[in-house]
Amino acid sequence: MNFLRQSLSVAAKDLRSEFRTKESINAAVSFAVVILLLFSFAMDPTSEMIAEMSGGLLWLVYSFAGALILNRSFARELPNDCLDALVASPLSGAALFLGKSLANYLLLFLLELLCLPVFAVFYNVTISRRLGWMMAVFALATWGLTVIGTVFSALTVNLRLRELMLPMLVYPMLIPALMAAMQLTTILIAGQPITGDDEIWLRLLIGFDIIFTSLALALIETVLIT
Amino acid sequence: MREKILYLFGITAGFWLARNLYVILLGLPDEADQGAIYRILFFHLPGWFTSFLMFIGAGVASAFYLAKRDLKYDAFAVAATEVGLAYTCIGMATGMIWARIIWGIWWTWDPRLTWALITMLIYAGYLMLRKAIDEPSERAKNTAVMSIFSFAAVIITYKAIDWWRTQHPGPVLSFRSGGGRMDPRMESMIYVNWMPLLMLAIVFLLIRLRQEQTQREIESLRRYAHAR
Repeated sequence: MNFLRQSLSVAAKDLRSEFRTKESINAAVSFAVVILLLFSFAMDPTSEMIAEMSGGLLWLVYSFAGALILNRSFARELPNDCLDALVASPLSGAALFLGKSLANYLLLFLLELLCLPVFAVFYNVTISRRLGWMMAVFALATWGLTVIGTVFSALTVNLRLRELMLPMLVYPMLIPALMAAMQLTTILIAGQPITGDDEIWLRLLIGFDIIFTSLALALIETVLIT
Repeated sequence: MREKILYLFGITAGFWLARNLYVILLGLPDEADQGAIYRILFFHLPGWFTSFLMFIGAGVASAFYLAKRDLKYDAFAVAATEVGLAYTCIGMATGMIWARIIWGIWWTWDPRLTWALITMLIYAGYLMLRKAIDEPSERAKNTAVMSIFSFAAVIITYKAIDWWRTQHPGPVLSFRSGGGRMDPRMESMIYVNWMPLLMLAIVFLLIRLRQEQTQREIESLRRYAHAR
């Protein structure tokens, strides 16, 4: 119980400082809109083809823009040695990690919810047909993104090339989750149910979340303590 | 002395490989469906076996480093990853040559192939992360965590032919398919050819380990000279 309360207070702290400055969410949302704009030059945004690749487009936008949020997660603690203070506090590493992840999760989810209607309008895609299922897929995939992103954000926080290293390490690692999310989102945007063959993607997504969450919780203590 | 044994080991592996090449090219008959090109299998499979074995070694050594905090495990992890990456390239190159002949294309985005490429990129990222951190124990700790995470990609690559319907051929070796998918003479040749390739890998690994140790000694001497 104590553990949960500790993580919640870390999450609340992160969200409060984020919403006071809005530095990463603003950057992430405008970056996402820029990428959506750029995609429209890469292909004809009015063609029928868009429906077949909508999931892929959407998740590329989310993962690119999400990297901005994840990058800031631990980097925000660097000035004034806040990170050292957090590590030295009675919090366990796992509680700190869980709190940071929760804050990142909510921010990423917010980013996704803001971008989804923009995407639907720009690319003339109907998203309302299986919105409930889609939100479930978003919830699972975003958690995968968050866990890997937060761990690697902690791993790379002290590097000179932090902004460069994080995406380079995170994207290959994220491929199982992104692949599943892209497939499922495409299916759901087309208005089809998730059946038989496609269930493997859902299983992959859940397995990914469970495996990497437990790995991260087990290893984060060693990552944080220098 | 140790050096001489190492070189002797390497030369033995070289001769063994030459003998195997003779048997592969002249002793074994062509395969019924694929003709002569199937012989690349004797390098493709052992190449991947060795690379997976090296990545397992790197993962285990990383876990040991985190538990014991001894830099010799870190040296082993980086040596194994580098040798593993080299053998991944062997597996990739032989696979692509085979694909060009049999499928008519060098590359296809099939799950097995894609995952092999992802594994390669992740471990290349591991080596890049090493370059980015200067402090030895910090570097060892962070890359050990990365190595353990990376190992998931190896498992998925290995299981990809079971989980997805792939264009890449399914399991042919008896320990996975239950036997009968391959002429026993050909199958045993895969293992016979694996031995010298594995010996070479171990030689490379030990040489690389030696280099890491020397580098650590130089670093500590430099710090010592600096402190004086």
